[in-house]
Amino acid sequence: MTALRTLLGHPVPRRLGEAVVTLLGVSVLTFVVLRVVPGDQITAQYGIAAGELSPDQIADLEAYYGIDQPLPVQFLSWLGGVLTGNLGVSANSGVSVAELTAQALPNTIELAVLSILVGLALGVPGGMLAASRPGRARDNATQAGSLLALSVPSFLLATAVATFLANRLGWYPNGEGYRTLLEDPWLNLQQMLLPALVLGISIASPVLQTTRTAILGVRAEDYVRTAQAKGVPARRLQVRHVLRNALIPVVTMTGLQFGFLLSGALVAEQIFAIPGIGRQVLLGLGQQEYALVQSTTLVIAVMFVLVNLLTDLVYRLVDPRVRVA
Amino acid sequence: MTPRTSGRTATALALTATLGLAACGGGGGQEAAAPGDGEIVVGITADPTQMLPWTVTSKQAIQVLSQVYSTLLDTDEQSVPVAGLAELPEVSEDGLTYTFALTEGVTFSDGSALDSEDVKATFETIMDPESNASSASYFGSVDTVEAPDPQTVVVTLSRPDASFPAGLTGVNTAIVPSDVDTAELETTPVGSGPYVWSERTPNESITLTRNEDYFAGDVGAAEVVFRVIPEEQSMVSALRTGSVDVAIFENPVTARTAATGDVTSTTVDSLSYHVLQLRAASPALEDVSSRLAIQCALDRQGIVDTAALGAGEVTGPITSPEYRSDPTAAPCAERDLDRAREYLAEAGTPDGFSLDLMTSQGLYSTAVDEAQAIQAQLGEVGIDVNVQSLDSSAYVDRWLAGDFDAAVALNGGSTDPNTMYARYFTSDGSFNEVAGYSSDTLDELFAQGIETTDPAERQQIYSQVSSELVDNAAWVWLFTPQLFLVTGPGVEGVEARTDASLSRLWTATTG
Repeated sequence: MTALRTLLGHPVPRRLGEAVVTLLGVSVLTFVVLRVVPGDQITAQYGIAAGELSPDQIADLEAYYGIDQPLPVQFLSWLGGVLTGNLGVSANSGVSVAELTAQALPNTIELAVLSILVGLALGVPGGMLAASRPGRARDNATQAGSLLALSVPSFLLATAVATFLANRLGWYPNGEGYRTLLEDPWLNLQQMLLPALVLGISIASPVLQTTRTAILGVRAEDYVRTAQAKGVPARRLQVRHVLRNALIPVVTMTGLQFGFLLSGALVAEQIFAIPGIGRQVLLGLGQQEYALVQSTTLVIAVMFVLVNLLTDLVYRLVDPRVRVA
Repeated sequence: MTPRTSGRTATALALTATLGLAACGGGGGQEAAAPGDGEIVVGITADPTQMLPWTVTSKQAIQVLSQVYSTLLDTDEQSVPVAGLAELPEVSEDGLTYTFALTEGVTFSDGSALDSEDVKATFETIMDPESNASSASYFGSVDTVEAPDPQTVVVTLSRPDASFPAGLTGVNTAIVPSDVDTAELETTPVGSGPYVWSERTPNESITLTRNEDYFAGDVGAAEVVFRVIPEEQSMVSALRTGSVDVAIFENPVTARTAATGDVTSTTVDSLSYHVLQLRAASPALEDVSSRLAIQCALDRQGIVDTAALGAGEVTGPITSPEYRSDPTAAPCAERDLDRAREYLAEAGTPDGFSLDLMTSQGLYSTAVDEAQAIQAQLGEVGIDVNVQSLDSSAYVDRWLAGDFDAAVALNGGSTDPNTMYARYFTSDGSFNEVAGYSSDTLDELFAQGIETTDPAERQQIYSQVSSELVDNAAWVWLFTPQLFLVTGPGVEGVEARTDASLSRLWTATTG
């Protein structure tokens, strides 16, 4: 009993337990929402022609799409499949969801990583710049810039950038067929550039704000004053004492953003024709492909949970206090 | 690794990537191909699903499959049936026996010969309820299909059906090989069309290669790629930079932004029609005067101008080119508010009445705008329209169940008026409940129309059908949309047919 309590008290099994509950919750919620939406795969597929199907034909199709069973049975059979590694099949394309996901997920991860890099590259130096002279011109300017970046909707920015480049420079790599990083690294990076920039700019803003606030907060700490009094050189003070400690909330923030990006940067994927996980869900929703939507959502939830765990770990690396606790 | 170095490396990497790519962005042009060896890239906004000819309904799937498959009959520029895989059929005196002579030497892409057995097997599959064919209704009058010799197909009807040949011109009745399994055709179509199915990446592209032995002539381009680009604005950019050669737009503004410089846009008419469906069966619209009041209160050109940005033509019920209704022949062809008020008074509701109007954001782009334009116009005579904007599945559900008073709809047209309306306006039609209107006169006219093969006589009959529909304001027909076929400089000779059908894409060449 005490052993069990100790085990449950330990952060790793506890977090795993929480993860399983979260994933189950997501699955049930997705399942219910999908069934509450009016219409089904048959009306999605046939549109108004569904009205010309006979009751026999409808029964056939229901059996084919697996929607003739009672709802709990449908859910359990899907769950059973998932637990044995079978994510189901997309009835329309005839390809397994696992295969579709294996194609789409790397694209989404690549886009997320690149976007985060752009966001950090703009946000962290921006935040440092703003914090260096709080309340003065450069602080106001960077903050105004970041507010602007946050306010422009990403779909607007994306279409504006795409239209401008195509019309003025005659350059629009996303019109060519998509190539993965392995197939054609050069074209792939060109195709990733615009969406990563657009997403990166929208991430840069919260990163910048967090960095600025954190730096200002850390700078007011006693140990900084102590270090200053001890005569630590300014540059070393800024980097080792201030920035390093200020990075802790930035890491949390980045982890969160990364999680959101992995759940499919839907708008960017749609506009720039990146065949990622977000578009896969959208496609499934449009066609009311239950297995496709349920399994892909689950994959996204798993990614999200993993990223959160990972953020925790990185957190421990950056902040020794968490390691002790 | 300390945070300091990792931060700096990340910044440096990101900056190099950004600057490096931006600086070299101008290049990346494609190599010029020798004439006849190039590829045509068609941009589509959604990945086609369903690859069995007799089940396809999405326009993207129809565009792809009409490259891969051939049909027994084809159509000319006027959408009139002409020879396809077979000559125009010989029809017996009683109009019950159709004899088709197949073109000799046609082969499928798997090398097997296309003969009468394949035609028979295809048609029987379509007629088999098991296969859930959306084209089964075209074969409603068919009794038997026989193959007396490899080059001859004899179809016997149980009753005369003048619309039968028109049904054989669409992809939904394309001929598939009898010895290939249906499940296989779903993933790898095997046809006798101008292009051969080559490769598919779900959600990205479908590649087709030239059929060197195409029976109808020499195919222009070596390859056709259907590429999925979901965003129209992104599609415009792709056209402007030449990475997409052909695209079809519904929005005139988008087409106009695309068509500058070398990129050209051609306007084509459509057989489909936008309509205000009224259900005469519902209590609010029972009285013909109430419906006529609505018809008189609407400014249809105004709806085209506001909701469709001018991209449409006011229409009567029938859009089939040979039988087209005269849009000016309806009561109140032009808006007449005084007349509308008179009808309201006749209906016993001089101050107007209230009406639920169903529409959907998701089905097509102009739906909600049309509903709002109708709401504003009817409001002027006191008809209080309550617009219900539904999700597309909910809309389709209620539409199918006939669970509405009025609905804004975009319905598909046909080259044959019987195919267009018999299902809606005959009392035993499959969509009569949806249409909410029938009459003995209409039943009789449709029965005559289907039995008559003489074109002039048929035109006469369907013009009566048309009058009957508009005089009773069964629905209020609004307009036929225009589509925009946009082509880049990389391709020549794309024929702009009605409905922007790409069935003649094979005659286009890469420039």
